[in-house]
Amino acid sequence: MKSNQSRAVVWMGIVFVFLYLPIVTLVVMSFNASPMVTSWGGWSLKWYGELAEDEEMISGFRLSLAIASLTACSSVVLGTLAALSLHRFKRFRARTLFVGMVNAPLVMPEVIIGLSLLLMLVSVQRLFGFPERGFATIWLGHTLLGMAYATVVVLSRLQEVSPSLEEAAQDLGCRPMQVFFLVTLPMIGQAIGSAWLLTFTLSLDDVVLSAFLSGPGSTTLPITIFSRARLGVSPSVNTVAAITVAVVSVAVVSASILMARAQRRRNQEMAAAYRSE
Amino acid sequence: MSAAALARWGSRTLIGVPMVFLLSFFLLPFLVVFKISVSEMDIVFFRDVLTWVDGLITIKINFGNYLSLAQDGLYLGTYLRSLGYAGMTALICLLIAYPFAYCIARSPADQRPALLMMVMLPFWTSFLLRIYAWKILLADSGVFNQMLLALGVIAEPIKMMNTPFSLILGMVYCYIPFMILPLYATLVKMDLSLLEAALDLGATPAQAFWRITVPLSKSGIIAGSMLVFIPCVGEFVIPELLGGPQTLMIGRVLWDEFFGNNDWPMAAAVAVVMVLLIVVPLAFFNKHQAESNAQARA
Repeated sequence: MKSNQSRAVVWMGIVFVFLYLPIVTLVVMSFNASPMVTSWGGWSLKWYGELAEDEEMISGFRLSLAIASLTACSSVVLGTLAALSLHRFKRFRARTLFVGMVNAPLVMPEVIIGLSLLLMLVSVQRLFGFPERGFATIWLGHTLLGMAYATVVVLSRLQEVSPSLEEAAQDLGCRPMQVFFLVTLPMIGQAIGSAWLLTFTLSLDDVVLSAFLSGPGSTTLPITIFSRARLGVSPSVNTVAAITVAVVSVAVVSASILMARAQRRRNQEMAAAYRSE
Repeated sequence: MSAAALARWGSRTLIGVPMVFLLSFFLLPFLVVFKISVSEMDIVFFRDVLTWVDGLITIKINFGNYLSLAQDGLYLGTYLRSLGYAGMTALICLLIAYPFAYCIARSPADQRPALLMMVMLPFWTSFLLRIYAWKILLADSGVFNQMLLALGVIAEPIKMMNTPFSLILGMVYCYIPFMILPLYATLVKMDLSLLEAALDLGATPAQAFWRITVPLSKSGIIAGSMLVFIPCVGEFVIPELLGGPQTLMIGRVLWDEFFGNNDWPMAAAVAVVMVLLIVVPLAFFNKHQAESNAQARA
């Protein structure tokens, strides 16, 4: 048994090294004074200084941030609606089609989603003269993808929630809307929060859909990074990576601490409510 | 309006809004792609299948794109290669992730959330940047080669970048969380008393594993494999950054037909055939997704 346990620890260690090695490399390399990865030129912050003046990266970042925030909001709204309908209604016409369409974007290669959405938008544009490719079309494409993820996250939370709470609220005379806003929403709030963060990250990171759906003047940050990374190793990309890693780790760790605390508080309140009965 | 009518109206909106969104931006585009794949290419733009000139309706359906897909060895080879790489990636992911997910699922309950968060944390960091990092590690004069040279293990740099090795490594690296999570979800729910019963009845640990644990985690294995295999078939970014000339994949061919040759009907035909290739695994995935949802409720 002892040897089994140590083997487990060793295997987990190897996999974690595999998962984190590239990230550590990026952070270390961002401080490399030499522009080549081949040689270590000592520690330096000069690439960060250059990044601050890199207009292409900065405007790309602004655009990506705007698209990601809007995408996260629209995906969460649509995903929550989809999750609620899948949870509430076990049987309705076209449910199979609905489930299929919600799940497919999770695995469908992005080149297919991007191409098909673009070809349709172009056909629409030829008929009606709009939409132009750009901000709105990228937002639409990202929402399609984000909605699928948001649905999965919210649906799995809905399945854990006990239906008796909603039934109790209904029995006590709540209208359906009140039940939703006073009972259901607080219970799935945390899942909605995670879904928002997840879809925000997905959108901030997407290359393929953005490349198909962007127009002139709407170059997102990942498109810029991708075109530079294609050409080879570039110090500017290393610094962007290091900053991303820093922001993400702080955000994810603090978000999960906050969520764990909220969860604990809610559990305590629940327990108190049961005790006082 | 009566309360019942109001409720019915509410449930219609609830289903209707996401449904209409998906129908118009997910399903309808596929039909458009199919239509364009059978249209002819004009000089700069494709010609509509249905045209109306001087009161004359003409329908021209052109299967030429599909014929060249079937006859040109380049396309066929690329489709097969993409399926092969995707299958290999899914298999390697499974071999690495299964013992890993098993270890997490059997570790003390209070440690599991932290371990899972450590799996998810890289996933929150930009996927594009993590792929790019492998370029630094695997290059001819990259970190690995320099380390091996310094240690005296090798006399000259090994070519690792732009090979099938770097491509599959990158795809395994990127998609492994999608394998770990469903496997973990099924393994952690497993009733351990079944294993005890098997051992009490004289099964060896290996027998108990293969005949109890593996069958019980089947839905996780299938969901994970599909979550890795299907997107890998059409992967574009990873082969573009880590692959080489001999690892041409179908996502790249589609991209080139569209952005390089501007041949939209051909790009559409490539996409239609790709959808046909993944439609069976996709149906499989949907079925198991539904099943595992049902299990979660039970």
